[in-house]
Parts: sequence; C-alpha cells; structure tokens
Amino acid sequence: MSTVQEPGAARTASKSAAAIDCAKAQGRAALIGYLPAGYPSVEDTIAAGIALAENGADLIEIGIPYSDPVMDGLVIQAATTEALNKGFHVRQVFDVVRGITSKTDAAVLVMTYWNPVVRMGVEEFSRQLADAGGAGLITPDLIPDEASEWMAASDKYGLDRVFLVAPSSSPERMKRTVDASRGFVYAVSIMGVTGARTSVSSAARDVVAAARAAGAERVCVGLGVSNADQVREIAAYADGVIVGTALVVAIGDGGVDAVASLTKDLSTGLTREEA
Amino acid sequence: MVRLMVDAPAAGSDESAVDAFLQGGESLRHAPGPYFGSYGGRWMPESLIAALDELEDTFEKAKADPEFTAQIAELNKNYSGRPSLLTEAKRFAEHAGGVRIFLKREDLNHTGSHKINNVLGQALLAKRMGKTRVIAETGAGQHGVASATAAALMGLECVVYMGAEDCRRQSLNVARMELLGATVIPVTNGSQTLKDAINEALRDWVANVDNTHYLLGTAAGAHPFPAMVRYFHEVIGEEARAQILEQAGRLPDAVCACIGGGSNAIGIFHGFLDDPSVKIYGFEAGGEGVETGRHAATITLGKPGVLHGARSYLMQDDDGQTIESHSISAGLDYPGVGPEHSYLADIGRVSYEPITDSEAMDAFRLLCRTEGIIPAIESAHALAGAMKVGQRIAAECAADEAAGKSTVKASEKIVIVNLSGRGDKDVATAAEWFDLLEKDSPEHEIAKEGEQL
Repeated sequence: MSTVQEPGAARTASKSAAAIDCAKAQGRAALIGYLPAGYPSVEDTIAAGIALAENGADLIEIGIPYSDPVMDGLVIQAATTEALNKGFHVRQVFDVVRGITSKTDAAVLVMTYWNPVVRMGVEEFSRQLADAGGAGLITPDLIPDEASEWMAASDKYGLDRVFLVAPSSSPERMKRTVDASRGFVYAVSIMGVTGARTSVSSAARDVVAAARAAGAERVCVGLGVSNADQVREIAAYADGVIVGTALVVAIGDGGVDAVASLTKDLSTGLTREEA
Repeated sequence: MVRLMVDAPAAGSDESAVDAFLQGGESLRHAPGPYFGSYGGRWMPESLIAALDELEDTFEKAKADPEFTAQIAELNKNYSGRPSLLTEAKRFAEHAGGVRIFLKREDLNHTGSHKINNVLGQALLAKRMGKTRVIAETGAGQHGVASATAAALMGLECVVYMGAEDCRRQSLNVARMELLGATVIPVTNGSQTLKDAINEALRDWVANVDNTHYLLGTAAGAHPFPAMVRYFHEVIGEEARAQILEQAGRLPDAVCACIGGGSNAIGIFHGFLDDPSVKIYGFEAGGEGVETGRHAATITLGKPGVLHGARSYLMQDDDGQTIESHSISAGLDYPGVGPEHSYLADIGRVSYEPITDSEAMDAFRLLCRTEGIIPAIESAHALAGAMKVGQRIAAECAADEAAGKSTVKASEKIVIVNLSGRGDKDVATAAEWFDLLEKDSPEHEIAKEGEQL
C-alpha cells in the first residue's frame, strides 16, 4: 500500500512497500542489496541479483554507472568507472531489471543520479522501467523540490519514488520529503558518501525517528553498513537495511558465489531480538 | 526529441522574457535565482540542502548589512587594488576593424585575475557562518591560489582539490598554494580533471559540512552559488560602465568576455544587461575546433542537463554521461556552464560563440606585442572574439555608409573586453605553442611533457 497519493492519481500498489511489509510480517527488517549494473558485466549483475534474492534480500537496488557520482565512495566509483569503461549503456539497466524480476519475486529498484534520466526523458525512462518490472527509483541527487516531472511520471507508471533524508534534514524538509516519497524513505546514516565503515553512526537512529515523526511508514537505513552485526543493530529500529559497498567488494573479489554467501550472512542480522 | 520535450515549456516563457526586456519592461539585473528561466535550481543530495539553505540565508542577510558591504568595499580597495583600470588598447584595436577597444584590467587585481572578488566575499561569509575550514576545486590553479589567499588572509584552513594530471602540469601553482598554507589534494578518480575535482570537493563537503564552507569558484552549481558568485563579481561591470561613461562619454556598442563556468563574464555582463544598445558576447573555448569534438563549447553544442547542482547546458553523450572537455586554457576547460548564461543564451540577450585554441593564441600574441600586456589564455579567447566583433562592426559601418544609411565610422564604435586575468601562469604553454624554447634545452624537454616550467 502506498504511503502517499497525489490527488486524483490512480492508487498504486507499491512493490517496495509490499516487500518491506512481507518482511515485517515475518518479524524482521527487510534486507536491501545494491549492485552496480554492468560490473563486472551485465550478465554477472543479473546472476548476482538473483543470488541476492535467493539468499535473503527482499529488495534489490541496481545502480546506473554515471560519470559524476558525487554521493559514492571509492569502491563504488571504481566499480562504476570500470562498467563505463567496458561500454555500459544506460538502456542496459532495463535488461538487468528484467533479468532479475523475471526470475525472482524481489522488488527491484534502480538507483540513479538524475542526468541520465533527464537525457532519456523522465517519461520514457519511467515507461521502460515499468515495462521491465522495476519497482521504482532511488534518486540520490534529486530532491522533491525539483521532482515535479518525476512525480507525474511515477504516478502514471506506478513506480516508487525513494527520496533520501539525512541527519542534516530540517523537520520541514523531512516532512516534505516523506510526503513526496512512495515505497519507503531512504535514511542516510551519516553525513558522508557510500563506503564501508567500522561502526554505524548514532545519527542513523535519530534520522529514522525524525522520519517517523514526519509520518514515514517505512524507513530504511543505508550508507556504511557492511556486516551482519551492523545489520542487527539497525534492524532493531528501522524497517530495512541497505548494504552496498560490501556487496560490490564481494562481487569484485569472489563473483556471484561471494554475493550469495555474504547475503546469507547479512540476513542473519535481520531478525529483531526481543528486548 | 528529448530536448524538445524538455525545453518546450521553457521556450514560451523565455520568449516573453526577451520581449519584456526589449520593451524595457523587465530588468535582467540582480536575478535572484534559484531559477533563471528553466535553468539553475538545486540538483543536489539532500545531505547538502541544509548547508545551501544556511549559505543562502547568511548571504541574503550579509547583502543587507552595511557592515558587510563596507568590509567588501574595503578589501576590494585596499587588498585587491580595485577599481581595476579600464585601458584603451589603441594598437591592438587596429586589428579589430579599427573600432575603439577598452580592456577591463582584472589582470591587475591581487593574485592576477577576477577570481579574488569572489573568494574574498565567500571567505567573509564562511566566517559569518562560523566555519573554520574552506575547500575549493581548481583546474589550472587560479581559483585554488585565490582561495588559499583568502583563507590565509582570514585565518581559515584551506583544502584544494585538483586533478592529479593538473597537479603534475601546474606544479608551480601547487607550490604557490602550499606557500599560502593550503593543502592540495590530487584527485585521481574519474577523468582526473576539473569536474572530478568538483566531485571530490562535494564529497568532502557532505562529510564535513559542520565546519566547512565549499568555496565554489564559478557562477555555477546549486542555488545560491550562481547568483551569489555573480553578486561578488558585479563590481567588474559596475566599474566598467562608470569608467567608459567617464572616458568615452557614452556606453559601449559591445561587451566581450570569455566563458568557462562564466564568472568573469556574468560579472561584467551584469553591468550592461539592461542597456539594450549594448550587444553582449560570450566566447567559449572551441578547443581544436567544435567539429573535432575536442572543445569546451558548452552552450554552442551542449544540451540541457543537470550537473554539479544546476540545470544548464552540458556537454554530455546520448546516455547523459558527462563528456570530457578540451581547451588549451585550463580555466575554460569545463563541460558545464553557469545557469544564468544558459538563460541569457536562450532569450537572445547574450550571443555565445566558440573561439579555437589557435585563434585565442593568435590574439594572445597580438596583445603582448601591441600593448605590452600578457593576457591569460582564458582572456585571450575574449580578445579573439572582440577582434571578430570589431571586424563585423567595421563591415556593417562600411555597408551602411555605402548604402547612404549612416555616416558613423568604425573608429567611433566602442568595444569593452574583460581582460579577466594575466598570463604569467601561461608562459610555459605559450612558449611551447610558439616554439620559443630552444631545441634540446631542459625547458623544451619539460614542456614537451606538458609540464609547467
């Protein structure tokens, strides 16, 4: 069930919300795994996405390699640069999404910086993503203030719009962003870029609380989460836990098998321990 | 097709904007942002929005605070050496169709370019916000040196991000920044150019925004940067307008500037935007020629997109990936452009044209030899453009005279060129370009590798 509806828009079943609610019904948080499309190859991304779904991930986030990834740390930068150097094209992200959604029940979101969407056309991009079975978009450099085209297209094609909220977000911005989001809200755990960190910032809990206070039904935490202990810590208070860099390292070092075993391990942290 | 779709809504409103301007109904000056027509905005991670809000708020309050404007005026006068001169270039003008050419001498400012206007203003704002650290991006080092200068003056920690390749080629500018107390961090990811230095500065800013101000060097980026950077450079146009009225007794017929991100240009243009009789020209880096693909002519050949926080013209491929730009001038070597320029281009108030490396270098040498002024290679693009503009004006005058329409001579026409910086930093590049280095000399060997002497 969607969290927000534009007046007059058709009611849209949110795939992301359904996946998170399904995990919740099992008494646990959802696991969201990130993989950059085309790293090390499009086929590998599809195989690794399926492995994610089969080993405990509820949602999968497929990143579009981009020339100027300002929210990404070194590991993801290196992976996406390699994908681009090997000739990755934006339209191939739909092959990846289709390849995973045709084989699994996982909700598949695309994580993209905004310019590739602008270039293709917001409407056309949305149409193709919906055709491929995608759940929606996570947009690290698009804020609701600039998203009028995307709001309309996501309503038309029934796509989730996952905006980010940060430790620095004011209560007003938190409200605005929560209201504009559908599926879930992406809580940035720390003021920084993607990359594994030894500990999860205490700011994460506060961001989740602030998002809930602003009316968010589902809040997932990302940035800096790389192992089962960190997953367990976040699963205690968030609806979902997002892991990126650690999976990128896994696929780079050990291929699809490594993604499968890391996912299995991460998922052990999802069950909420009774206090 | 995509472009048409994206642009269609803007076109109507832009036409009405230019109509209003031509009828004298609407001022183009002091455009506050965040939008300039359909350009500008804030295409930024949410993590940075609070910092942009804080900056906007601080800036708006500072503008209205006489103490702040007095501080700026005092620094401009007693530190930068403003007002900069307006120098008539009579011998150079002979090569520009015989029109009168006046040079706005930003090269005479402290640190050798217009960049100082902006860094002093932003460093003062950083202090007002209680920030103790500034970060900056730099291509060849001009903005990095200016930032390091302002940071030293105001007791701020300064970190400059610079592409690793640029660090190698501009090792003297790296040393200059270090002498001024800054830390220079070579950027080795992506294409290792200016745009990657900006990316890295943004990543630093996200992580350190509590104590850090991002001292962006050009009139681009997310709101409030384009309007704010322009504000600090408006002094160029204000001075030039008053000086030409005093020295020539009337407004110029044309104003010319070079465009990378476009900060020197928007600064001088601003003084003349509401003077319909003044034609305004921006000259982009045409590199090896716009037909070669190796250029930085963003408005001439780019398509609207979003990069580094603003919607503007952008050099990008069919996938929306940023294309690497090329120019002999590091200061113009940027695949984006400030959003206000995109708007001024669309409404037709400013004409943007490419100037190739070789046209710029010819103008560079010409100014050296006719006026005894070594210009920055960036500014040489404006000089080359002014030569074309002057020649066009002369041809029009001759045609009008032949047709009996007018007796105005080219020698009565006036063109102002913004000489945005001095060329000391470019001596190595120029020496190599003009083959001035002795074969087999150590300097020749070094220059062949593209290194700063």
